[in-house]
Amino acid sequence: MYWKSMSDFIQMGGYGLYVWVSFGITFACMATELFLLRARRLSNEKIKDLL
Amino acid sequence: MNLFKYSSPQTFYPLAGKLIPWLAAGAAILIVYGLYIGLLVAPTDFQQGDAYRIIYVHVPAAWFSMFLYVVMAGYAILGLTLNAKLSYMMAKSIAPTGAMFTFVALVTGAFWGKPTWGAWWVWDARLTSELILLFLYIGYMSLQAAIDDTRRSDRASAILAIVGVINVPIIYFSVKWWNTLHQGSSINLTSSPSMAAIILKAMLIMALGFWLYSVAVILIRVRREIEDRERNTAWLNEFKE
Repeated sequence: MYWKSMSDFIQMGGYGLYVWVSFGITFACMATELFLLRARRLSNEKIKDLL
Repeated sequence: MNLFKYSSPQTFYPLAGKLIPWLAAGAAILIVYGLYIGLLVAPTDFQQGDAYRIIYVHVPAAWFSMFLYVVMAGYAILGLTLNAKLSYMMAKSIAPTGAMFTFVALVTGAFWGKPTWGAWWVWDARLTSELILLFLYIGYMSLQAAIDDTRRSDRASAILAIVGVINVPIIYFSVKWWNTLHQGSSINLTSSPSMAAIILKAMLIMALGFWLYSVAVILIRVRREIEDRERNTAWLNEFKE
């Protein structure tokens, strides 16, 4: 473990904002992609049931 | 084993369905492990401070933004030469994930550029060619969506994908060919990596995780695409998981 405390970890030597926003955007984009594909699956299942 | 066995939607659909859970589990494990090493174990950088940690998402995203484009163009060539409909569906399913990683590479790059260069954006060759990559993905998807006839939209967008592939070596070599603010590559085939072993390890684990994620998501999307295009076929209507 590199960090001495939790606040050390969050602050990232003063670069916390840049680091956490970067990681946040990356995983938010991946989650959005998965969410959109889930919506597409549900809609396709609905169509299949109607046919 | 006959590899062509899985080149039809009917045989590929169940195979993809079986692979997805394993790929997704592998991606999750690798990404969590990569984040653990990269954010908790790896030390800081003496020049850039902890801002360097953006590397763990920025570099894998940038790699896959380029790699997925080349794979998409490869499927476009297969589609045009063999007239294989599954190849077109693969190309179409790769584009959104490639565009997503291009966007992530650009945005995380901006959040890295601001503290280290003092600017969110500069018009240097690396950044500009990566932005063109985003426009190529968007152009491909728009063209695909703009033409109603599936066979025509597949062929037209395939040609766009193939022409645009010239941009990928330009992105890759831009830091060599031009004087860029963006740093040169730390990893290449001809010399040993110019970064600490633990940082390299975390970055490569993240990249492997992003790779499995990409394959899983693309297979999920190609299954949705098969459902859209084969809606009136008997095999799909009778298909049970």
